[in-house]
Amino acid sequence: MSELSVNHLLGIKYLKKSDVDLIFETADHFKEVINRPIKKVPSLRDITIANLFFENSTRTKLSFELAEKRLSADVINFSAAQSSVKKGETLIDTVNNILSMKVDMVVMRHPNPGAGVFLSKHINASIVNAGDGAHEHPTQALLDSYSIRERLGEVGGKNVVIVGDILHSRVALSNIYALQLQGANVMVCGPKTLLPKYIDKLGVKVETNLKKALEWCDVANMLRVQNERMDINYFPSTREYSQQFGVNKALLDTLDKEIVIMHPGPINRGVEITSDVADSDQAIILEQVQNGVAVRMAVIYLLASKIKQ
Amino acid sequence: MSHKALLSAKEVNIILHRLACQLIENHHDFKNTVLIGLQPRGTFLAQRLADILKHDYKIKDIKLGFLDITFYRDDFRRGEKILEANTTQINFLVENKKVVFIDDVLYTGRSIRAALTAIQSFGRPNEIELLTLIDRRFSRHLPIQPNYRGRQVDAINEEKVKVKWQEHDGEDAVYLIKN
Repeated sequence: MSELSVNHLLGIKYLKKSDVDLIFETADHFKEVINRPIKKVPSLRDITIANLFFENSTRTKLSFELAEKRLSADVINFSAAQSSVKKGETLIDTVNNILSMKVDMVVMRHPNPGAGVFLSKHINASIVNAGDGAHEHPTQALLDSYSIRERLGEVGGKNVVIVGDILHSRVALSNIYALQLQGANVMVCGPKTLLPKYIDKLGVKVETNLKKALEWCDVANMLRVQNERMDINYFPSTREYSQQFGVNKALLDTLDKEIVIMHPGPINRGVEITSDVADSDQAIILEQVQNGVAVRMAVIYLLASKIKQ
Repeated sequence: MSHKALLSAKEVNIILHRLACQLIENHHDFKNTVLIGLQPRGTFLAQRLADILKHDYKIKDIKLGFLDITFYRDDFRRGEKILEANTTQINFLVENKKVVFIDDVLYTGRSIRAALTAIQSFGRPNEIELLTLIDRRFSRHLPIQPNYRGRQVDAINEEKVKVKWQEHDGEDAVYLIKN
């Protein structure tokens, strides 16, 4: 079996197609493991992992923590809200303090883009980026692709549209890289104010009409409107946004095919997606959450296997 | 590299039938018994034995599963070789069952140690037995012995015992390989 070409998972941009394939094959095995009566394997019992969350997170943190515990790693958690970061400590100092307690791997979420890359150059531990500002969220993109592969058989050749707030979304950027790496066709769709100016340079189609985008696609990944990252008004009202860019059952019924609906969570029901769609068989939102644990187990297992004893 | 034949196709066939009969002696109708082939190469032997029990000895209800032990091994991050996982297929619980582990070669016993841990994820068996086609004696690292063995082989550590199967390698045979 080959091994990952990288020592850290900082972004999809740094991965090769063979890395993604290896992560998915390994995740297949872990998906079987987490459906057993006893859902735990002892592989990482001599590995300690620090989850450093400098920004709020619920599902990603839970998913990583569960993945680490399913692999029998020792886990320590840190969130910036209750830490010395508030007292003025620098990122490197904070992390080095934690690493001096013999930590082997760091899972980090940080509000600043590039925080993971920066850290990887200064400390001696394997780093997993759990989201850095509006830059990348690689494990989310991996679990999204894994879920598409599971539902449709493969990712290559599929038409995938990412709808919504592309400008503030690390999920969008990581998904674009991951989908293109696997040979999918990618489109972004949203209000012009939420589409980055040069997004077409990444080789994606750009569309501002949701109906046309849905007619084109096999999969629609509905992103959350990130109100917390918006310093100005990007659209007139939530109501208008949901009318133009929200998916509802009536709209899906006008299509001549059944497309797959995804959402990275948390859902704003009635804004980007209505409840009748979110809870339908077309939506694989809860599968994404379950696959998230298996994919994160695979990433951590494969990176841990490269840590020298 | 030299190959010395230890068992021919005919000998393998005779041994498989003997092992099947020994299993019947202890497990009768197999109602409370499950056969577990260990990935990767114990699965061929397990499938063969299950086929013989079904077709030649008319035992209807054979429960056969395959167990991968990769994530339970004790040499993770200790060798140069990256450990490769295989598929686990166990579609039943082993709670209160008699489990028979089936592997092609018993060498250090470490794989069996891992399998003993791994199987606990599927319940608490009543008892666990071990069946192996080749038993490399004098090379055990752990106090583990088979209940059923095809052939005992004395091989030194630099030598390798290779079991070949018709359906995978094009012939039934066992070779001793010296570098």
